[in-house]
Amino acid sequence: MSIDYQKLALPYAAPAECHSPEVAHRPVIVVGGGPVGLTLAIDLARYGTPVLLLDEDDKLSTGSRAICFAKRSLEIWDRLGCGEAIASKGVSWKVGKVFFGDRLLYAFDLLPEAGHRRPAFVNLQQYYVEGLLYDHALAQPNLELRWKHKVVGVEPSDECVAVTVDTPDGTYRLRCDYLVACDGSHSPVRAMLGLEARGQVFRDRFLIADVKMDSDLPTERRFWFDPPFHRHGSALMHRQPDNVWRLDFQLGWDADPVAERQPERVIPRVRAMLGDTAAFELVWCSVYTFSCMRMARFRHGRVLFAGDAAHCVSPFGARGANSGVEDAANLAWKLHYVLRGHAPDRLLDTYCSECERAADENIAHSTRSADFLTPKSETSRVFRDAVLDLAREHPFARKVVNSGRLSTAAMLADSPLNTPDVDPFDGAMAPGTAATDAPIEVDDRADWLLNRIGGRFVVMHFPDVIDRNAARALTEAFGHDMRVWQGDALHVDSLLVHPANVSASAVDGVPAVTDAEHVLAARYDARPGTTYLFRPDQHVCARWRSFDAEAVRHAVVRATCNGVV
Amino acid sequence: MTELNIEANLALPDDFYEALIDAHRDLDAAQSARVNARLILLLANHIGDLDVLREAIRHARAGIDAECGDIP
Repeated sequence: MSIDYQKLALPYAAPAECHSPEVAHRPVIVVGGGPVGLTLAIDLARYGTPVLLLDEDDKLSTGSRAICFAKRSLEIWDRLGCGEAIASKGVSWKVGKVFFGDRLLYAFDLLPEAGHRRPAFVNLQQYYVEGLLYDHALAQPNLELRWKHKVVGVEPSDECVAVTVDTPDGTYRLRCDYLVACDGSHSPVRAMLGLEARGQVFRDRFLIADVKMDSDLPTERRFWFDPPFHRHGSALMHRQPDNVWRLDFQLGWDADPVAERQPERVIPRVRAMLGDTAAFELVWCSVYTFSCMRMARFRHGRVLFAGDAAHCVSPFGARGANSGVEDAANLAWKLHYVLRGHAPDRLLDTYCSECERAADENIAHSTRSADFLTPKSETSRVFRDAVLDLAREHPFARKVVNSGRLSTAAMLADSPLNTPDVDPFDGAMAPGTAATDAPIEVDDRADWLLNRIGGRFVVMHFPDVIDRNAARALTEAFGHDMRVWQGDALHVDSLLVHPANVSASAVDGVPAVTDAEHVLAARYDARPGTTYLFRPDQHVCARWRSFDAEAVRHAVVRATCNGVV
Repeated sequence: MTELNIEANLALPDDFYEALIDAHRDLDAAQSARVNARLILLLANHIGDLDVLREAIRHARAGIDAECGDIP
C-alpha cells in the first residue's frame, strides 16, 4: 500500500535549542521543504556537507500543483539516488498535440531519438515528488529535517547569518555560514531582507480541474485554442498517475476566482470537454493567475535564493519547478566546495550569474508563451488569431503557434567556469551544456553514461585503441596521469570510453565503459583522443581533441574559481 | 547579414498598390486588420531573415515614434 503523501503529517520535534543558552552553528540552513529545498538539501548532504532544512509547515504540497517533471530534473534525481523512484511512479510522455477548434494543428515529439535513460517528461503530482524526496532525505545521514520550524528572522553579517526560528514550543536562534531560501514565490526570507522580485503580472485567470477517471486516451500533452467545448479560451489536458487527469481552462481576467472553483461551475466545464456521459470525480480545483518575475540578484552575501523564491514563470512550459531543481544542483556542489575550502567564496557568485541567465531564458520563453495565450492588446490578438488561422493550412505558421515551449536543461554558454574550445567540435555538447545521456556497457552489462559521471569533476577520455591489450596499456597510462590528482582536494575522477569492439573493464581503479552502440561518441562528436571535463553537476565545462593532464588541471582550476583573479 | 532592401524593387508599383487596396475592398476595419496581419505573416515567412525583418519593423515604426518626439 502506498503512502498517502497528501495526508502525511511530517513529524514535529521540539527543538533542544529552546532550553540552551548556546547558539548552535550550522554550515548550511535550507529554508523550505518543497522540491527545490529537498533536492538542494539531499545533494549537499550527499556531497558530505551537513544540512539543516527548516519548513514552517508539516504537510507536503496541497493539491497536485506542478505535474510535469523534465528529463533534466529526473537525471539530477538519478544522481542523488532517487530518480528511479520518481520516474517509475510518474507517467512518461514526450508527444504534444496542439488543436485549433476541433482540428489538430500539429504534433511535436520532445525526444525523437532513443538511447536516453529518462523520457522527455514524467507527469507526477507534486506531493508524490515531495514525498519521494522526503523519503530519500530521511535516509541521508548529513541531513536534518525540522517541520513546523518557521524562520522569522534572518540577519546576515560578514561572518555568518543569524536565524530566528519560531516553533510551537517557543523561539530559538541559530547561526549558519550560508542560508538558502527555497521558500517559494512569496518567499518570507526575501521579505525579511526587504528584497523583492520584479516583473510582469499577466491579466488572465486559469482554472485547474484535476479529475479522476478511467480513460484510454493516449498519454500526451493536448492543448486546444478555442475548442468547441470551451469557446474563446484555451484548454489543456495531461495524464497523471492514479487515473488522475489535469484539465486546465483559460477563463479570462474578469472571471470570479472564488465562484469559478466551485464544483457547480467546474463540473459543466469538465462535462463539456469529456462528454455528457463521462464518469469522473473532481479531486482538486484551483484558479490561478501567473507572473514572470525575478530578483535582481540571487545572492545577497551569505543568503542565496533558489527556485520560485528567486524567479517565477507561467506554468506553460513546465519551467517553474524544473528550473528550481536545476538551481539546486548548480548551487549544491559550489556550496560544498566553498565550505570545504576547495574553492573561494566567489564560486558562489557563479551560481548567480549562471542561474540568473537561465532564469532570464525561462522568463523569456514563458513570457512569449503567455503573450501568445493572453494577447495584451487588440492588435496582438489579431496577430495571434491570424497565426492560428494560417496554421490550419500553412506549416510555417504552425511553428509560430506557442502553447508553451517546454523546459529543457539550462545551457550555461557564457559561464566564466567554462574553458572555451580551442579545438574544432561539431554537435551540441559545447561547454556549458548539461551532459547528454547515452547507452554504454560496463563489464558487458548495459548502463547509462549519466550513471557514471557527476558528484565530482570527471574527465571522460576516448583513447585511441585497437585491441584489448592496447586498451589496458592506455588505461594504465591514463590512470597514471590522473593520479596526479589523488590527494588533491579537487578529486578529479576519470572515465575511459572504449569503442564497441573493445570490452571495457576498470584497470587500476580507472573506470572504463564501452560505447557499444557508438551513440556516446556520436553525441559527443568524439574521435580517438577526445577528452571531456564534466562538473559535479554534470555540465560540460571543457573539451579537447587530445588528453593533456595540464590542460585538464587548468580547466578544473577555472571551473572552481581557484585561478588568480 | 542581408540588409533590408529600401531601394525601388517593385516590378510594377502601381499594380502592386492597386492589388493591396483591392485586398481590403468591402471589408470593415476588423476584417482589414485580419487581412493585414495574415499578409504580414506570409511576407515575413517569405523573407525569413530575422535581421531583415527587424530592420523593416524599425523602419515601419520610425515615423510613428517621431510623432512622440522620440527620434531614434
